[in-house]
Amino acid sequence: MRASTGTPTLQPVIVARSLGVTGLVVCFLARLAAQGERPPLLVWGGDAEGGAPFVEADPADPSQVRGFDVEVAERIARGLGGGRTARFLQVQWSAIDQSVERGDFTIGLSGVEDTPTRRARHAVTIPYFEFREVLAVRSQDRDRVYGLADLRGRRVATLGATIAYDLLLAGRESTGVIPVSYDDDVHPYSDLVAERVDAVLLDHIIAQRALRRRGGTGFVILPQPVAVGHYVGVLARADSALRDSVDAVLREAMRDGTLEHIFRRWSVWDASQGALFDRILRSGAITPTAGPAPAPAPAARAVTAYLPSLARAAGVTAVISVLSMALAVAVGLGLASGRLYGPGGLRAATTVYIEVVRGTPVLLQLFVIYYGLAGVVRLPAFLAAVLGLGLNYAAYEAEIYRGALQAVSSTQLEAARTLGFSEAQILRLVRGPQALRYALAPMTNDFVALLKDSSLVSVITVVELTKQTAIYATNVGSWIVPGALCAVVYLVMSLPLAQLARRLERRWGAP
Amino acid sequence: MATALLVIDRLCVRYDTRDVLRALSLEVARGEVVALMGPSGVGKTTALRAVAALQPFHDGRIVVDGEVLVPGPVPPESRLQALRRRVGLVFQGHALFEHLSALDNVTLALRHVLGRSRAEAEAVAMELLASLDVGTRAGAWPRQLSGGEAQRVAIARALAPDPPLLLMDEPTAALDPARRGALGEALRRLAKGGRGLLVATHDAEFARAHADRIVRLLPGEVAGPG
Repeated sequence: MRASTGTPTLQPVIVARSLGVTGLVVCFLARLAAQGERPPLLVWGGDAEGGAPFVEADPADPSQVRGFDVEVAERIARGLGGGRTARFLQVQWSAIDQSVERGDFTIGLSGVEDTPTRRARHAVTIPYFEFREVLAVRSQDRDRVYGLADLRGRRVATLGATIAYDLLLAGRESTGVIPVSYDDDVHPYSDLVAERVDAVLLDHIIAQRALRRRGGTGFVILPQPVAVGHYVGVLARADSALRDSVDAVLREAMRDGTLEHIFRRWSVWDASQGALFDRILRSGAITPTAGPAPAPAPAARAVTAYLPSLARAAGVTAVISVLSMALAVAVGLGLASGRLYGPGGLRAATTVYIEVVRGTPVLLQLFVIYYGLAGVVRLPAFLAAVLGLGLNYAAYEAEIYRGALQAVSSTQLEAARTLGFSEAQILRLVRGPQALRYALAPMTNDFVALLKDSSLVSVITVVELTKQTAIYATNVGSWIVPGALCAVVYLVMSLPLAQLARRLERRWGAP
Repeated sequence: MATALLVIDRLCVRYDTRDVLRALSLEVARGEVVALMGPSGVGKTTALRAVAALQPFHDGRIVVDGEVLVPGPVPPESRLQALRRRVGLVFQGHALFEHLSALDNVTLALRHVLGRSRAEAEAVAMELLASLDVGTRAGAWPRQLSGGEAQRVAIARALAPDPPLLLMDEPTAALDPARRGALGEALRRLAKGGRGLLVATHDAEFARAHADRIVRLLPGEVAGPG
């Protein structure tokens, strides 16, 4: 259960996000209002962006959520007694652990995976559902691929910060697969069909849902699972007593058939759930599933272990920023020239481009370029990132250049005309060089902004500095060291730029 | 004067419905300094701009050394090349290129319009700057020059392509009396060298001292009301 609802298009994602925010505000207000004589609440956290059958916004009443995790939460609230009712709080899936420790809600239930790390850091309930990590491949590959071992050198997609991602990272060494991390669980499958990736490794519920949405065509799910895992509830470390009560409620629900009933209603019941319940009710001990199980390392070791991947991610950020800025400058110069020198039609067209691009979020533009255009042209993620950022910033550069060109005094331009220069020569020899000086400071400003905006490209699967830091933070369970390291790297990249701009301005003098 | 370098014949310039110039006629011969005088706003600058093809006019005719300008919009630069080589204009407030040194201001057109080599262009430019007493300021940026120095660098820039006709707009505006005298002498030397000079000014003393002839532009006579 993770990001994204509906069909693999942009719109539902955005809708789900805004629903999430609205839901959060509504919940907050509801919590304020609920102080007083109201019956006690069990506030639980989940991510409605993950959609059915886990948690989704109810199509009949989008202010409500539904799904098997919703009903599990209601069952737990009821079982805890005292007239408790369950209240949903929207949380980004990857932030559930941090959020529950902060005390935003009591229990996280949203396809939360049972891992050794999670058990070590939080109070984790007994498993209530068993899932299989399954591989999906394109239909024509069904007779060639039987497992990860057959995918050497191929791109395998999954959701970041999951057991599946850990399995792929481990597989990078053992089987030579290339892991590709996504922020949602819809686009891995659309990119599989679009041949951007060669396989997807994810929970069987997610794989089956994706296949249903495509009408059962385009890809197949391999029958042999790569691994087996469990969904659990996660509570704050300090809440272990409450966790024990929740465990008792879950055992009761396994025994009295209410859990089976819930899973059957959502068509996710199968024999392995019955076997799981039997094992739990008999002995109780279930081993958590780990990828390469990063044993909780001492802080210093954890830092050094991540330095190479942070350095690589910083390189990605630097290269994307430089290439995007180069594109932005080139296209921006073209747009500014078109707007100042072009015929009426061209002037209008450049104005429309500039206003539309400046007036819409770059995040939306990245989605459209990478996913929206996938039917027409399948751009590699890196190229789509450079194009998206470059074309976006080009609109801002164009306005800087237009202002700078207009700041060159018209008598200088007339003096150049009386000397016999052509219009092109005037632009190249007189107007352009002076405009460049006016533009230098705002351009530096934009480049520093672009450096940081490049973190947005993680939504189209590019792992750059911020994304790598988030992965790092999730794995070490704290943002303090990763956040500080990440900030230092960004500063190391941006401060010399400001320095360079100041030096150039000094050398050229204020025009 | 059939051999006049510049002939302005009944020149009319209109902004919207207002006549700025009404039937201005004058001639400038080679070797002659002509002062165009009149109070502010009477159209002196407009007349110079029309001759330099920076400004359309509505009636009349302008002939510069055989090159004819007719009423209507300013022709594209590609059709003005012959005229550009014949007319130099020194703007009020000099309008030097701010990103280039005094020397490069003078060499730019030599190199990129006339295709001279850098060494050749610099030799010509240094000679011009020296003749105007600003040879030592060749390496300075425009913002480092005094008003008088900038004025003379601007003259050198306009003279570099060697145009026979030099137009000057209020050249004495930024100068003290001593510098005015020096400028006047420089203009006389240029005329003696065979050029024609048309100098717009409201400085009667300067005009009387250094011009061969004075053309007065008065409201209600050749210029329109307002």
